[in-house]
Amino acid sequence: MLRTTASEEHLETELLGLDFVQLLTPDGTRVMNPRFDPVVADIGAEELKALYEDMVIVRRIDTEATALQRQGQLGLWPPLLGQEAAQIGSARTLRSDDFVFTSYRENGVAYCRGASLTELMPVWRGTASSGWNPYDIGMATPAVIIGAQTLHATGYALGCAIDGVDSVAVAYFGDGATSQGDVNEAMVFAASFNAPVIFFCQNNQWAISEPVGLQAQRPIAERAPGFGIPSMRVDGNDVLAVMAATRVALERARSGGGPTFIEAVTYRMGPHTTSDDPSRYVDPDVQAGWAAKDPIARVEALLDSLGVFTDEFRASIQAKSDAAAKELRAGCLGLPDPEPLTVFDNVFATRNSWVERQKSQYAAYLATFGGAE
Amino acid sequence: MTEQRTNEARGSQTMTLSKAINSGLRRALEDDPKVLLMGEDIGTLGGVFRVTDGLQRDFGDRRVMDAPLAESGILGTAVGLAFRGFRPVCEIQFDGFIYPAFNQIVAQIAKLHYRTQGAVKMPITIRVPFGGGIGAVEHHSESPEAYFAHTAGLRVVSCSNPQDAHTMIRQAIACDDPVLFFEPKRRYWTKGEVSEHIGPDTLSLEKARVVKPGTDVTLVSYGPLVMTAMDAALAAQDDGVSIEVIDLRSLAPIDFETVEASVRKTGRLVITHEAAQFGGIGAEIAASITERCFDYLQAAPARVTGFDVPYPAAKLEEHFLPNLDRLLDAVDRVMYKRNSLTGWGK
Repeated sequence: MLRTTASEEHLETELLGLDFVQLLTPDGTRVMNPRFDPVVADIGAEELKALYEDMVIVRRIDTEATALQRQGQLGLWPPLLGQEAAQIGSARTLRSDDFVFTSYRENGVAYCRGASLTELMPVWRGTASSGWNPYDIGMATPAVIIGAQTLHATGYALGCAIDGVDSVAVAYFGDGATSQGDVNEAMVFAASFNAPVIFFCQNNQWAISEPVGLQAQRPIAERAPGFGIPSMRVDGNDVLAVMAATRVALERARSGGGPTFIEAVTYRMGPHTTSDDPSRYVDPDVQAGWAAKDPIARVEALLDSLGVFTDEFRASIQAKSDAAAKELRAGCLGLPDPEPLTVFDNVFATRNSWVERQKSQYAAYLATFGGAE
Repeated sequence: MTEQRTNEARGSQTMTLSKAINSGLRRALEDDPKVLLMGEDIGTLGGVFRVTDGLQRDFGDRRVMDAPLAESGILGTAVGLAFRGFRPVCEIQFDGFIYPAFNQIVAQIAKLHYRTQGAVKMPITIRVPFGGGIGAVEHHSESPEAYFAHTAGLRVVSCSNPQDAHTMIRQAIACDDPVLFFEPKRRYWTKGEVSEHIGPDTLSLEKARVVKPGTDVTLVSYGPLVMTAMDAALAAQDDGVSIEVIDLRSLAPIDFETVEASVRKTGRLVITHEAAQFGGIGAEIAASITERCFDYLQAAPARVTGFDVPYPAAKLEEHFLPNLDRLLDAVDRVMYKRNSLTGWGK
C-alpha cells in the first residue's frame, strides 16, 4: 500500500491538467468540453432542474439563518452565499457510503448529505456541539480549526482502502486552509498511502479579510501535483463543471487511483460570518464582477434556453424554498435549551471518576436553588 | 534455570520493559483486527527503541505502518481511521516531538466524543517514550504529561515496570477513549517477570498501586521515578522512616482515593515527577489531597520535581532530575527533620 518509490507517472497529472474547467458560462451558455462532457452526459433538463432547486433552497436557508442571527435566535452564522454550485455540484455526486469531512461553511453539503433543516441549527444556536450523528449522514461534525479535517478525511480514506471497500472520503476546505500544515500533511499522507480521498478546495478568495493572494502566489490547484496528486481547477460557480470534476475524482478514487485535488474557484459573496464587516476590506467593483457570475442565474438561463424554466416550475421552487425557510425557522425556535447537567455528558466514552465527581458536586450545588418557596 | 521454569509454569516470562510493550502490542494486534500501528520508523527498523520490533514482519505493512515524518499527520490520520472503526496505536518517537500534533490531540481527539455527543469514539492510543536520564540532546528527555492531563477527554497513563507496561498497553488499546501512554524510556531495559494474563483480578487502567506499604510518609510517583522512590524508601528504612510508595499509573484520571487512603494513614505526602513543578501533576495532587484530607495532614505536602526551566543539556540533567537524595531531603522536610531548607531564606 505504501508507495516506496517516488511515482514517475506524471502523465495522468498532466492529463487532468490545470486548464480552467467551465461547462456553463455565466450567461448560461453550455460550453463543449471533450474531456468532461461525457462525464455529465446523463445530466439532462430534469437533473439540471433538481440541481437548481437544491441551490435555490440552500440559498434560501442561508438567508433565513442570517435573519435568525440578526433577530438574536442564532449566535453566529457563516453564510455560503455565492458558493452554492461548489457545494451542491460536489455533494450531489456522492454516494451515501462516502464520508465527508468539512469546515463550518458547508451547510449546503450537509443539506445534500441528508441533514434535516433543524439539524443545521443547534451548533449555531448553541444548544449542542453537533447537529447530527455523523454516521447517520456520512458527514463529520464540521471542524472549526482550519484544515484539521483534511487529515481526518485522509485517515478515513485509508481505512476504506484497508477495508477493501470503494467508499471515498471527501475533505472540504478553503483557500485559507491551504496555508495550514495539516492540509499539506494530509496531501503527503494521501499520496504516500494512495488513499481514496478527494481534496475539495473552495477557493472563495477570502480567509475572513485576507485575500487569497496572501495564501498563494500561484493557482492553488498547482500545489497538488507537487505532492503527486493530480488536480483540476474548475469554475466553482458552475454546478456542471463541479459535478464533472468530482465524478472524475470519485472514479479515480473508487478504482484505486488514489487522491485527487479539486480547486473550485468561487467567491464568498457574504461576510465571513454574521460577525464580520466585509465593507472594511472588499472592493465593491470586484464584488459586482462576481455577482455577474452567479451560480444560480446561469442555470436559470440555461433552463430558460431549454424551454423548461416555466412559470409553474418557478412557482414550485418558490413554494419549496419558502417552506424550507419556514421549517428552518420553526426547527430553530423549537430547539430546547440543554439541561444543565448535560454539560458533563460524553466527555468520555467510558466511566470517569473525575467527571462523575464534579457532576455530582455541581448537582448538589444546583439543588441548593431547587424547591425554593 | 529453575526460576525460568517456574515462570513458564505460571505462564510468565522475564523480559525488558521494552519487550513487554512489544508483546502487549503483539497480543493487541492478534486479538483485534481493527488494531493498527502507525509511527515513524516503527516498521522495518522496529522503532528507535525497538518497541515494535518484528511486528511489521509478522502483521504486514497494513497493520504496522511507517508514517511520513509528520506528527500532526499521524494523529490526524488516526482520527479518520477511528471514525471508520479502527483502533490506531500511534508512536510519537520522542516526548519533545509531540507538539506538532498538539492540535490534533487536544482539539480533535480529546473533543470528538463530546462534540458528537457520544456518536464517535476515539479509541486511539498515543505511545510516547518520555523522560530524561539517558544523556540525550534537546527534545529527547521531556515530560509533557501535564499538558494532556489538563485536557478533558484524554486519559493519561504511565507504566513503571514490565508487567504494567504489558498489561496497561493492552488495556489502553482496548479502551474506547483516547489514551496517552507515557513510556519511561530510561527504564526500557529494566527486566521483570511478565504474565500475559488479563482477567477480572487485573488492576484496572485508572487505578494506582501501593507498591510498598509504609506508615510515616506517602511518596507518590509514576513512570521512571517509581524505581527511585523505591530506592528512597529502602534508604529511609535505615533511618527508621517507613515510606509508603504509590505508583500512580494513571495521571488522568488520578486515583485520588488510593492516595487519600494512604495520606489518612501517614499524614505526610511527598510527590515526585521529572516534569516541571508549576502547574504539574504534583500541584494537582497536593491541592486535591489537601482539599480531601486537610485534617489528616501533619505537614504541608512536598514536591520533588524537575525545575521550572527547559530540559537542560545532558551534563546538567543530574541536577534537574529528582534523585534519591532529593527525595530523602523532602522526606526529612515533611518529617520536620533537619533538611536543605532548614534556615533557608531567613
